[in-house]
Amino acid sequence: MASQLPEPIVEQTYYLNMGPQHPSTHGVLRLFLKLDGEYIIEADPIVGYGHRGHEKMAESHLYEQFLPNTSRMDYLSGLLFNHGYVAAVEKMTGIEVPPRAEYIRVISVELNRISSHLLWFGTYIMDLGGFTPFLYAFDDREIILDILDRITGSRLTYSYCRFGGVAKDVDDEFVRATREFIGRLRSRWDDYHNLVTKNVIFIHRTKGVGVINRETALRFGCTGPVLRGAGVAYDIRRAEPYSVYPELEFEIPTGAAGDAFDRYMVRLQEIEQSLRIIEQALERLPAGPIRGRAPRKVRPPKGEFYFAVESARGAVGFYIVSDGTGYPYRLKVRSPSLSNLQVLTETLSGTLVADTISILGSVDIVVPEIDR
Amino acid sequence: MWQSLVTLLGPDLARLVVGLVAIMALVQVNALFLVWLERKVAGHIQLRLGPMEVGPHGILQTIVDGIKLLSKELITPRHVDWKLFVLAPIVVFIPVFSCFVVIPFSESLQIRDLNVGVLLIFAFSTFNVLAILMGGWAANNKYSLLGAIRSVAQSVAYEIPLLLVVLNVILWANSMQMSAIVEAQSRVWNAFWMPVAAVIYLICATAETNRAPFDIPEAESELVAGFHTEYSGMRFALFFLAEYSNMLIVAAVATTLFFGGWKPFPFLDFLPIPGVVWFFGKTYALIFGVIWVRWTFPRLRFDQLMNFSWKIMIPAALIHLVVYAGIIKLIR
Repeated sequence: MASQLPEPIVEQTYYLNMGPQHPSTHGVLRLFLKLDGEYIIEADPIVGYGHRGHEKMAESHLYEQFLPNTSRMDYLSGLLFNHGYVAAVEKMTGIEVPPRAEYIRVISVELNRISSHLLWFGTYIMDLGGFTPFLYAFDDREIILDILDRITGSRLTYSYCRFGGVAKDVDDEFVRATREFIGRLRSRWDDYHNLVTKNVIFIHRTKGVGVINRETALRFGCTGPVLRGAGVAYDIRRAEPYSVYPELEFEIPTGAAGDAFDRYMVRLQEIEQSLRIIEQALERLPAGPIRGRAPRKVRPPKGEFYFAVESARGAVGFYIVSDGTGYPYRLKVRSPSLSNLQVLTETLSGTLVADTISILGSVDIVVPEIDR
Repeated sequence: MWQSLVTLLGPDLARLVVGLVAIMALVQVNALFLVWLERKVAGHIQLRLGPMEVGPHGILQTIVDGIKLLSKELITPRHVDWKLFVLAPIVVFIPVFSCFVVIPFSESLQIRDLNVGVLLIFAFSTFNVLAILMGGWAANNKYSLLGAIRSVAQSVAYEIPLLLVVLNVILWANSMQMSAIVEAQSRVWNAFWMPVAAVIYLICATAETNRAPFDIPEAESELVAGFHTEYSGMRFALFFLAEYSNMLIVAAVATTLFFGGWKPFPFLDFLPIPGVVWFFGKTYALIFGVIWVRWTFPRLRFDQLMNFSWKIMIPAALIHLVVYAGIIKLIR
């Protein structure tokens, strides 16, 4: 790994600080690049510009009070973080969740996953210089935000899950709007594929670019579409099933080469799989209460506990150490983007500046989730 | 002596002055219109409306934006080479005026019908890259420099096939005079009997004007704003204006060289439509195509762009030239 201080200046070597303010580093990531012309000799991602100390904050908050923080780590899949945290605390304390609440959680969480992938799709093509797909994707994403707004009351930083259930029940209008959205998004695939997937320039920009192979991905602890793009069918929803996922049918799409194109295809296929999950969950949505019996103030028993869910970017784990009080003694979040970002130190060297953006985009990082 | 000089040059001088003023007006109005058109077309392609607030359908938006840019402070950052920095936006405008001098807007509407018209256009349009290099170098910014380097490499790569295909047209017309080239297309447009040349010209022209998918010198997702990262206010506006004026030039040249210039469609020549309407109709149709392409395709990578030029375009243009030179020789 490159040090932050320049080594003795060699002729022809060019140092470039890409970020923390740059249109394509997706937030406050800084890439310290050592260039030979346009070729990258070394790349060093430097994180920490968006650090807010969420984990430390947890230690002075009640378990209930910490919930809103979780959706502010990964602002694109807030509900997934909500779900991970709440499920971890429920497992620790032994709180039962009624089946209707579990189904509602799965539906809303999968909607959130689709919205995250759609946003990634748009911004990734924008990184490659295509503007139009961005607005197409946002047009579709807007509908998800409206649907989630109806039940959660917010559009981005949700605090919808509760210990033992969810905050608000869904109604017929929600079910109708979600079904309508599924049909609409499926009718849009042709547009997306004609505009982007079959585009010659797009294929040239992504095929064989930023190859993260199986061994590298496993060595760096990558998860999510980065790992699945490399051909490893690892998805926490299947590997360590939670909630009602064992009852639902879905496939785990994988790539072969592990290049940017594979990661792109994996994400698009995941959207389709999420639509399938939502369809099945809507069919089976049972009647009943949406909140189980949970104490007003959660006091998990003494001990350590780890629970992980699959977010849009990979495995999100909550490691909680409890000392038996209402406050966590220590809370550590295992966030997927940090591991996925580390691969760049290896993958970026030898590529062009233009590919840096393509590869960084294809890994799909959310910087506030790395910095927390 | 002065008397005789004035009588000698008088009509010519008057023609030149009037012509330059007309060009200046054309360039400004064209930029105002094109920026609006681009935003409108982009908007409708992207499922939105584009500018709607100022004037009907936002037609006055560009004027308001222009006033804003004019009223902004001209910032010269401390670390720049200020002589070049100030000069670059001015240099970028030289080709704009020079190129319009020889373009025949209609049968009679042409400022100077030089016998080396084509040569003059391509000689002067090279100034564009000089200005970009000056701006990118003087700004003393890493992104600007990368943008300038890319721009120079790109221009060198794309001017060669561009000139090679234009040679076909010159051979066919047997002249470099713009009016003679238009005359040579009375019966059939060059675009119809040498379509490959027309396509190569259009691709190269897009690359020459740094338009997407060849906009790598100012690729905003990679190089922030490329060579004009450090420019603001009216200096930035001059670069912007030059980009749209260059679009008009390459489209006007394409119209003249390949699409019959001011001549009407051969089967529509009975209509009482003046040549200038035909000319601008064709030119703006081409510009519309260029805008459409920009909002549809992602950007090429730098090395792919160079490979495309050196490995595909230049050999294709060379073969095309040899084949068509033979055909023209046989016909004559």
